[in-house]
Amino acid sequence: MFDLSLVLSGRYQELLLAGLLLSLELAAAALACALPLALVVALLRLAPVRPLRWAGSAFVESIRNVPLLAHMLFWYFGAPEMLPAALKQRLYEGNVEALSALIALTLYTAAFMAEDIRSGIRAIPPVQFEAGRSLGLGYLATMRLVILPQALRITVPPLISQTLNLWKNTSIATVIGVGELMYQAAQVESASFRSFEPFAFATASYLTVSLLITAVAAWYQRRYPVRTT
Amino acid sequence: MRDLIDTYGVYFLVGQYPRGPLGGLALTLLLAASALLLALPLGLALGVARLSGWRALRWPVTALVFVVRGTPLLMVIFWAYFFLPTLTGYKTSQFGTMLIALVVFDGVYLAEIVRAGILGLGKGQMEAARALGLSHLQALRRVVLPQALRHMLPSLVNQFVSTIKETSLGYIIGLSEVSFIATQINTEVFTKPVQVYLSLGFTYFALCFGLSRFAYWVEARGLRHAPPGVRA
Repeated sequence: MFDLSLVLSGRYQELLLAGLLLSLELAAAALACALPLALVVALLRLAPVRPLRWAGSAFVESIRNVPLLAHMLFWYFGAPEMLPAALKQRLYEGNVEALSALIALTLYTAAFMAEDIRSGIRAIPPVQFEAGRSLGLGYLATMRLVILPQALRITVPPLISQTLNLWKNTSIATVIGVGELMYQAAQVESASFRSFEPFAFATASYLTVSLLITAVAAWYQRRYPVRTT
Repeated sequence: MRDLIDTYGVYFLVGQYPRGPLGGLALTLLLAASALLLALPLGLALGVARLSGWRALRWPVTALVFVVRGTPLLMVIFWAYFFLPTLTGYKTSQFGTMLIALVVFDGVYLAEIVRAGILGLGKGQMEAARALGLSHLQALRRVVLPQALRHMLPSLVNQFVSTIKETSLGYIIGLSEVSFIATQINTEVFTKPVQVYLSLGFTYFALCFGLSRFAYWVEARGLRHAPPGVRA
């Protein structure tokens, strides 16, 4: 009844594997862009100057409270309209779908990661910060040399779990026509009139990568347990 | 912007209702509320089952939780969309499909909230109840769950916010919730995608931000009114 060889060889398998690869690339690129952005936003939220703190919270709250799908629709349909015509032309010659999805995923993931980094930093006792400052280090130098190395250890597990969310969220890019795994599974479904096989392939792929990410989290927590003092 | 609201405002809020099916923001809220309401008993049952002493119950439920948490919601929706008709024999509506997908997905996430709530309570409560002669189920119902649920209240409001955001995926199977309606408006107007999608974003923001503030308030109030000893 079910014929898995349909998706384990031939053209359909090529399509699905291309989709899986694009999903992985999308997740990796979004992670690489989101991490530094999240760090900046977290530092803004803890900055000693009120307008900076305000800007940080505005970024986090305005992005977290809107579904990723609405972000994608905005960056794909809305945002290019605000660009000058020449730039728009050049944008549409490239892969505008993937770029819009990447921007949406980056911003969305960064907003969640910023909160994790912020709570990691806040978990470091304030005396550590005061000690750094009293040694003559500036605000940023104290952050970089004293606070962040300690905060990182607490922050990595929640960041890994956000990476898992990011991986699952790449599927939403199918809405704006990015040829990632979910999109290709639907393509194969409509070309072959078989729905079980392509969806089983996609589900197994998502699950495998998710379990790998979960395994990394478990390994990290064993290797670097949270220090209690 | 003004005439956009004048022309499409009502359509955005309720869809074609009352001359057609309900849609728009009203449908989003209806779907989110019914999904969460139906997911609650499922989440409670799954959460308790994950802590059950019987392996025959604990293992399959744990496997289910891992599988659903490892797949995107979109995948769950696709399975429901393509396989519910084969399974049940008749075509499920888009609302029904989306509702079932959300209930399963949210039920599993709620199960983890319930499990954390019960584990957070400490073993002593269960042991004391069992020592007084209550059975396992009685102890859960009369001693453990009433206390655990109190701790879970803020998480539940946050889960409602997540559910509202998740309903937007109904867009893919053509459910006329607010994101789908916004895209239809955008196709009809054609020249104002920025305004249309910013309005959509702002609508979700107002709703979800308001609710998450409410969750903070519930949390702060809960801490103040909790009997001493429950405060953690």
